Amino acid sequence: MPHIYIDDKLIEAQPNKTIIEVAFENGIDIPHFCWHPELTVAGNCRMCLVEVGMPKRLPNGTIAVDSSGKPEISYFPKLQIACATPVSEGMHVRTKSEAAINAQEAVMEFLLINHPLDCPICDEAGQCKLQEYAFNHSKGMSRFIETKNHKPKRQSWGPNVLFDAERCISCSRCIRFAKEIAHQDVLTFVQRGDHVTIELFENKEFDSPYSMNVIDICPVGALTSKDFRFKSRVWDMSFNDSICPGCARGCNTKIGVRNNEILRIEPRPNPYVNKFWMCDYGRLTQYDFVNNNRITDPFIKIEGNHQKVTLDEACSEAANRLKQFNPHQIMFVGSAKATNEDNYILAKFAKLLNVKNLDFIKSIDENFQDDLLRCADKTPNSIGAIEVGIKPDTHSVKIEQLSEKIASGDIQALLVMEENFEEYTEIFKNLSELKLLIILGYNHSNLSSLADVILPASTYAEIEGTYVNINRRVQHFTPAVVTSENLRFMGMKMSRLDKFGAFNDRWTQHQLRNSRQSWKIIQKIANNLNAGWSFRNSHDVFLEITHNIASFKGMTYELLDEFQGLVLGKAEKPDPKVRNYESHYMKPN
Amino acid sequence: MNIRKNTEAERLNFWEKLYLPEIAKGMGITFRQMFKPKFTRQYPEEVWIPTGSYRGRPVLVNEDDGERCIACGLCSRVCPALAIEVQAAETEREKERYPVKFEINMLRCIYCGFCEEVCPEEAIVMSKDYDLVFTSQEEAILGKDKLLVHISKLQDRLEFLRQYK
Repeated sequence: MPHIYIDDKLIEAQPNKTIIEVAFENGIDIPHFCWHPELTVAGNCRMCLVEVGMPKRLPNGTIAVDSSGKPEISYFPKLQIACATPVSEGMHVRTKSEAAINAQEAVMEFLLINHPLDCPICDEAGQCKLQEYAFNHSKGMSRFIETKNHKPKRQSWGPNVLFDAERCISCSRCIRFAKEIAHQDVLTFVQRGDHVTIELFENKEFDSPYSMNVIDICPVGALTSKDFRFKSRVWDMSFNDSICPGCARGCNTKIGVRNNEILRIEPRPNPYVNKFWMCDYGRLTQYDFVNNNRITDPFIKIEGNHQKVTLDEACSEAANRLKQFNPHQIMFVGSAKATNEDNYILAKFAKLLNVKNLDFIKSIDENFQDDLLRCADKTPNSIGAIEVGIKPDTHSVKIEQLSEKIASGDIQALLVMEENFEEYTEIFKNLSELKLLIILGYNHSNLSSLADVILPASTYAEIEGTYVNINRRVQHFTPAVVTSENLRFMGMKMSRLDKFGAFNDRWTQHQLRNSRQSWKIIQKIANNLNAGWSFRNSHDVFLEITHNIASFKGMTYELLDEFQGLVLGKAEKPDPKVRNYESHYMKPN
Repeated sequence: MNIRKNTEAERLNFWEKLYLPEIAKGMGITFRQMFKPKFTRQYPEEVWIPTGSYRGRPVLVNEDDGERCIACGLCSRVCPALAIEVQAAETEREKERYPVKFEINMLRCIYCGFCEEVCPEEAIVMSKDYDLVFTSQEEAILGKDKLLVHISKLQDRLEFLRQYK
């Protein structure tokens, strides 16, 4: 274990690490553009220049000491890049010396020579690494009076990524990402000097399922998202932590919200799940169903027409009609899209009514799977749903039999939670045979048009809860979008304009949906049947889960947040905490 | 007790207590003013046109080839009263961004001029309009149709900004 000194702080470093890695792990940030912990070292931005020195050795091999007894350090006459210099015993590093700061300022001046001054147009402004460093590590002046280089703007690299060559600072992060992580080696530098630019190989497209990650790792605004482009400034959005429900991987995400509308989803580092990445599918498809076509109020079907009612009325109607059936005539359909909390309360409700027919739909797509992040199971919580008790026993009706059991009249009442039977279409021809169909849904769909009682369920972006991912890791997430239910708790988590708007401001005319987290609706129905449950929030439900289900034992939301998720049954042995690298983000976040 | 009396009767002398000389003095001033030149203006028939330094209703500068605004949103960010809303979109022009929606809520605007000061394109400036009348809250939210003013009408302000900003 080499001992090194960074800015006179003694650090015990792991061997074979570079200075910038050791510094980062010990809380010292050395400015850099091209270095990224998951990518190979390129060493071409020269921003991380530091002064490196070794103790001076005398001809007899001993270390020279000065008058006060400290070893004399002879620094290399030229600065070294911290990202490519391995640490060695006794090394001294100065990151804030005059020479280092001069070098950083000089590098910034060079980078800014040809960088266009179009921050007001650029989508990256506000979370740009170059902007941040221009403020922190630059003189703030340019001596360059000649005309800047012009390069082509708006080059399409693929279905989701747009490249602006002028803004590029040639850090090569995107090239390395495409080659090493996405395994689609289609990008390369062409030309030399200040004409250097990045191009696709001929007749190639950067259409990897992970292509949009280059937008996040690009330290400037050279790479922009075709989907998000100019939708909003970053400082007008709120970013709240969430989990992507696109597949069972459970990538950690941040949801960007403005005017109570999800505008973009970006990855959040978690070394044990998704590292720094997420797939384009997750980014582009997991917000439309939250923003549009929502069921915003409870409805009851009266004489064939859906009539808007209050939640209490809808819940008591559901309870009164459920009472009329024998338990074996009822089936509850849970959901792998719902949280553990929701599924647990549904299972508890089934136990209350003595309903044995309890199952959920698995959504498996082998074509979706790859060896980086995407999994075949396209729901976020199928393991969790089984774990908390959404499983049929040997005699009860399974989801595959549901359609024929409805046709034969064995199942007469159906309660469907957060599911729209998109992958189980054969059921629709028999659904009209049902005497009672209660749904808790997000969106208006074919299913909701048939339902007798429609209850508005909140989506993953509006609730607090936990998912269990494919590696049995329990992950906690909190709401990002406001509903009438969570409005009081969101407060400072809302974006600036949402927070301060008044009723007569046109920009706050967002939809405040009257939806509820599923377990709250089920609790209301159950309490109409004298269950007497009194869970106030998801914390209470999760507490009961941890008491009743062995694999969740010892978990709390606080611990899940602290360790970025805990594996089922291993709450006492969490993975070690590490300092997460975030290249650049909106500050204050 | 340490109370000092300061009644009106104590403060005034005999002539002042009478009030009549004071009335005469006051009337004297009034009658004198009747023969002096008048400063009042027959507004709104006679309209006062302020100088370039006046901060009236903020407007967007419109040039012959379109608006200057690139919808960067800095005015919206800096506005202490949250009066401005900008929604950007992409255009084919060289500056890729333009405001598809730009609204100033004049009920919120406090005429501080921060939006003009922060604007990197000199696209929003304070005009000379000061007589704003609205009959409803909706009417007070000015959209791009009302905000865009041709640059020729804003020369005074632009000249002032060039000198003093």
